[in-house]
Amino acid sequence: MLDDFFIRALVAGIGIAFVAGPLGCFVVWRRLSYFGDTLAHSALLGVTIAYSLEFNIAVSIFLISSVIALILIQLQKKTNLPSDALLGLLAHSSLAVGLVVIGFLTFIRFDIMGLLFGDILAVSKKDLVTIWVGGSLILLVLRLIWRPLFASTVNYELAEAEGLKPDRAKAVFTILLAAIIAISIKLVGVLLITGMLIIPTAMARNLSDNPQKMVFFSIIGGLLSVVIGLFSSLEFNTPSGPSIITAALALFIISLLKIKQTIKLKN
Amino acid sequence: MSLNNNILIKLNNAGYRHKNKWLVRDVSFIIEKGKIVTLIGPNGSGKSTIAKIALGIHKKIDGEVEKYTDKIGYVPQKISIDWTLPLRVHDFMLLTENIEDEAVNEALSSTGVINLKDKNLGNLSGGEFQRVLLARAISKKPELLVLDEPVQGVDFTGEIALYELIKKISDELNCGILLVSHDLHTVMSATDHVVCLNGHVCCSGSPIDVAKNNEYKALFGEKAAQILTRYEHNHDHVHTIDGDIKKN
Repeated sequence: MLDDFFIRALVAGIGIAFVAGPLGCFVVWRRLSYFGDTLAHSALLGVTIAYSLEFNIAVSIFLISSVIALILIQLQKKTNLPSDALLGLLAHSSLAVGLVVIGFLTFIRFDIMGLLFGDILAVSKKDLVTIWVGGSLILLVLRLIWRPLFASTVNYELAEAEGLKPDRAKAVFTILLAAIIAISIKLVGVLLITGMLIIPTAMARNLSDNPQKMVFFSIIGGLLSVVIGLFSSLEFNTPSGPSIITAALALFIISLLKIKQTIKLKN
Repeated sequence: MSLNNNILIKLNNAGYRHKNKWLVRDVSFIIEKGKIVTLIGPNGSGKSTIAKIALGIHKKIDGEVEKYTDKIGYVPQKISIDWTLPLRVHDFMLLTENIEDEAVNEALSSTGVINLKDKNLGNLSGGEFQRVLLARAISKKPELLVLDEPVQGVDFTGEIALYELIKKISDELNCGILLVSHDLHTVMSATDHVVCLNGHVCCSGSPIDVAKNNEYKALFGEKAAQILTRYEHNHDHVHTIDGDIKKN
């Protein structure tokens, strides 16, 4: 069954949706969407390094994203630039450096479109193992740091005062973010991974009145986006990443209609 | 280790600098089980800073803090919750610790907001939110409670009832309380020890001693010192938590 490329893409996408839902909620709650974007942009550099050194792609992306996160923390401490400027600096320079390096590596054929926007044909059986094993690990670790991370998202000082060690939870969360980017780049692509994290979550916010519900609905939203997106990618021969994100956008718009209805009911 | 095992927390010449400017310095006091220590002082005198030093939120401090408990409940002075996060009162109560439903209900009832349990945190008024914050801190049955202006925004009758509740909690749970307030007047009856701050310790001692102290009078004015007499009159009725009047 897994010999069919479409089934592989589907299984990969479903795995990614399960992880992207809960992580995406924290990205939205903690206002990290631009941070996630920066990590994702740097992933391209990770891919080039992996190819030129014949190294595992997921591991390489994970390492580069983590390094970028560390550099960001250092720059925040040592410069007077605002965070969003630093994020822009890192996002675009790492993307640019990645593309320049690709230009130099003429002996390897890169599918740049595939890297940037995802490729439904690119998912191998090995990638499935990476996604499902890596994804389970990410969820397990997130479960372990859930309380301190959530409490400090609501209020940092409360969490710190009552002994939950929020700084440690925040550092671990950054690593998890780098990890999900590493496992989902092949299917969704560098430029659209953040969309996978935040659009189903944004939809879920419209439907939820408590955090558990929001996590649940963002997983559902992610699953639907993946399934609808991949089927239309197959049908219309469009790149997989944009198709998934467009499906997510459609779901978000539908969720807005639902809000209007509830407001009408209340009046 | 401490000689007295009733001690929960001890500050030795604690101080905090921000960008080479002292916010507060040389503050020492002890909080014991069942005792209420009140920090008073004008705006910017370093009261909240001292509370944060005691809690370990400010880490690069001068002097030292010895803490003998981990069971801490905190009511911060300011809290801003991002409304992208859907959160009900009930979820908020379980924020830092899993607490049994019974204890949650009990705490919410004692601060008079049990009817808000399923409400969204974003829809509460300032006073209601303050009562929820206090309920959350006490529902953990902490050994040390740090309350930074816990009744701000609460109506006057509610304010007195909440201070009575705080006194009751300190007796029932035998927990130590660090109370931050900008005015001695309302906290007078409950306090065991008062530390009057203005960037450093102006004076400290029992509430009556502090109110008579000249430095205190200089900070707060002669009027403030007269509150003692005002506090000693008799009531012919009491106010319940939700503001109802009950005749004696």
